[in-house]
Amino acid sequence: MAKFFALTIIVIAIASAVPVVMHTWVAPADISTHGHLIDEQMSETMIEAGVSFLAAQIILAIFIWQFSNRGPDAKTKTFPGGAKGLVIAALLLVGAEVLALGVFGVKAWADVYLTPPSATALPIQVQAGQFAFYFRYPGPDKRFGPLHPELINEPNQNYFGLDPEHDLDSRDDIVAAEMAIPVNKEIHLLMHAKDVGHSFFVRELRVQQDFVPGLDVSLHFTATKVGKYEIVCTQLCGLGHYNMKAYLYVLSEADFDGWLKKEAAMQ
Amino acid sequence: MHEMSAQVVQHHAPPTSFVRKYIFSLDHKVIGKQYYALALVAALCGMVLSWMMRIHLGWTNVAIPGLQLLSKNGAPGGVMTPEYYLELMTMHGTIMVFFVLTTAPFAAFGNFFLPIQVGAEDMPFPRINMSSFWVTFLAFIVLMSSFFVGDGPTLGGWTQYAPLNAVGSAGGPGQGLGVVLWMVSIALFCVGQLLGALNFISTTLDLRVKGMSLMRLPLSAWAWFITSCMGLTAFAVLLPACILVILDHVAGTSFFVASSLVINDQLLPHSGGSTLLWQHLFWFFGHPEVYIAIVPGIGIVSHILITNMRKPMLSQRVLIYCMGALAVLSYMVYGHHMFVSGMNPYSSLAFSFPTLVITIPATIIVLIWTFSLYGSKLRINSASLFALGFISMFVSGGVSGFFLAQPSIDIMLHATYFVVGHFHMVMGVAAMFGIFSGTYFWFPKMTGRMMDETLGRIHFWLSFVGTYCIFMPFHYLGIAGNIRRYSTFVNDFLQPLIPVHRWITVAALITGAAQLVFVYNLIHSRFWGKPAPDNPWEATSLEWSTATPPPWDNFGGKHPVVYHDPFQYGVQSSVGDYVMQASPEQVKTEHEEK
Repeated sequence: MAKFFALTIIVIAIASAVPVVMHTWVAPADISTHGHLIDEQMSETMIEAGVSFLAAQIILAIFIWQFSNRGPDAKTKTFPGGAKGLVIAALLLVGAEVLALGVFGVKAWADVYLTPPSATALPIQVQAGQFAFYFRYPGPDKRFGPLHPELINEPNQNYFGLDPEHDLDSRDDIVAAEMAIPVNKEIHLLMHAKDVGHSFFVRELRVQQDFVPGLDVSLHFTATKVGKYEIVCTQLCGLGHYNMKAYLYVLSEADFDGWLKKEAAMQ
Repeated sequence: MHEMSAQVVQHHAPPTSFVRKYIFSLDHKVIGKQYYALALVAALCGMVLSWMMRIHLGWTNVAIPGLQLLSKNGAPGGVMTPEYYLELMTMHGTIMVFFVLTTAPFAAFGNFFLPIQVGAEDMPFPRINMSSFWVTFLAFIVLMSSFFVGDGPTLGGWTQYAPLNAVGSAGGPGQGLGVVLWMVSIALFCVGQLLGALNFISTTLDLRVKGMSLMRLPLSAWAWFITSCMGLTAFAVLLPACILVILDHVAGTSFFVASSLVINDQLLPHSGGSTLLWQHLFWFFGHPEVYIAIVPGIGIVSHILITNMRKPMLSQRVLIYCMGALAVLSYMVYGHHMFVSGMNPYSSLAFSFPTLVITIPATIIVLIWTFSLYGSKLRINSASLFALGFISMFVSGGVSGFFLAQPSIDIMLHATYFVVGHFHMVMGVAAMFGIFSGTYFWFPKMTGRMMDETLGRIHFWLSFVGTYCIFMPFHYLGIAGNIRRYSTFVNDFLQPLIPVHRWITVAALITGAAQLVFVYNLIHSRFWGKPAPDNPWEATSLEWSTATPPPWDNFGGKHPVVYHDPFQYGVQSSVGDYVMQASPEQVKTEHEEK
């Protein structure tokens, strides 16, 4: 029984590692300028965590195999070095691992969150509400009109609560249900929640950020590959949470200009 | 702190009536069994809910027979609606975290065994102890009542994020009365835990018998003591947070609802609240709660492993310090749940570092366990199998913590099944294995009968292999970006992952069914099991010095005196390779701490 248990632990440990080594289920290819840092951090962590996982399980299995059911006459003995050696080993090995992950991980985080967007970044406002995203572009005046929550009226397609009659800045704002961005152009995403908490997650962009009702947050990124990607909500927001999604179109600059003109004409 | 003399004051008279003996009992042992029974019922409820969720996730449109009886609107014809999925999910998480993982390893085993392990007749405040159980019981009834009133339970998840938790029924089904009942239930639960913690702390500090210094407490007693200290501070924060949400619902306050929010084109009448405030309050409780669930398991498993290894751990002292370190650090890491919440990004770095550091005491604990096996005479039985399984699960769930401790990686893994796999393994399954191990080990002392060993091993094998089949694939799903809390996978990129969900569903149904073997074993053994001797495992701590089951005052009017450290194994004494704590026999210690 004990030996079979030891073997089972080893088989499970190796079987658990196989899909990771074989890349059976992986994140899609990165399409952002900052994503490679996250991917590298992920790979390094996977190696360190994987080695720790396999080593711990295999040593556990070996000791179970070797020291179980030895009978009443067997003598017990203590691991040479006792606890002190293990504590020192843990402090040194895990401490070094912790420092390495902690220090190197800062760079990836800083790239997204601790650096301001450049002055030339394209501002886009995204509003999340149960259960849809809407996107607003500032138009030729490059300024967003103010929001009037009391004017929000979905049947009349006033998703943001704009008042173009009285607000000059709102008149050229372009509102869309899909997000289009030019490739290789930095985007400054201004995130506004209409009702409850939501989140903005695009796997390929290596971007995930919650919307905070009452607190507008912002994010900046640059997409490097033309294509169509899914934007999904990852913050439980109510019964339609699973169905809250939109598409992100990364377009060439010419295509983006055309798309923006078309959307402006539809306002 | 002092050690009690042998003249212990009797706290209460022996019970005479049925009601005093079995229902409103002041006896810590009966209260411990009541907690265990409550946790068992709660676990079965939580498991059935998870079955229904898993069936829905595997085969979205399949009718689940009988589900329509629970909710006609939530499951018309037995087919689960998206909102009902979220309601069941919320109830599953709440029931499991609060009423199983907190209740069984801490309140149930701790109540029964902590006073006996310190040599006391009872806890110092038996009436408060009785109240703590009945308040917890009431909390469970209030929570379950939400299935049957209004428009059902809340759908906001066990974390109940604001402002969804405070906007009322405008937020969706169950967000009105359902949330209020949830908050009332959890507030009551907090009161119960606070009362319990007071008793646990004072029992440990004030009721130890002569010779029982703090360092002579068994590791299980240390774990319950450390957990009660955590409970006292963590539940004291969640309690007022729940009250504030209730006020947002019934008194027109706006603690958690910001200004200018619009639902269904209607401006909400709130202003000035902070949605992130709830997350801070909740996770200040929530992360210590992870350790409230797992530290008792660490203590229980250590205790049981030592007994079955027939030698002490390499260092009892280091294990105690590490459990203490986990407890202290658990308050400093809570922000890792909020890396992408919108809080100041510099805070994320500040929370990330202690989160990584907490792996050091956790690693030391695993190393002490593993390398203590070296040179042991490991006895294999149901209790030790589950204890060893606990280590394996703790490692598997623990290493995934490396990923989630780093804010940059959390950008990809936050709110995915990776997180679900991580916490199910490290605080769910591992803690459950601790409960199972404790049950097989202490059942004879609690009931006077042995559990069936063959059924115990069947239960172990199905549970051990089954839980890996369920929760390892969760990690793969998370890496691929599978978002949690989705009732159906409509996204293009999630379609290829549906077969993995079906595999998990089948594994969950089989593993869940294996738990029925345990329940059968528990009930059958309680009435028809082989009579248990006083010390079937040749163990050393004080609970094994008294009769099986112990008399109402634990030691039959006598008061033990402690002569030894808790785990004197690998010695030569008149009874075998061990000497009991209460035995005056002098033996030479063979395993000195280095």
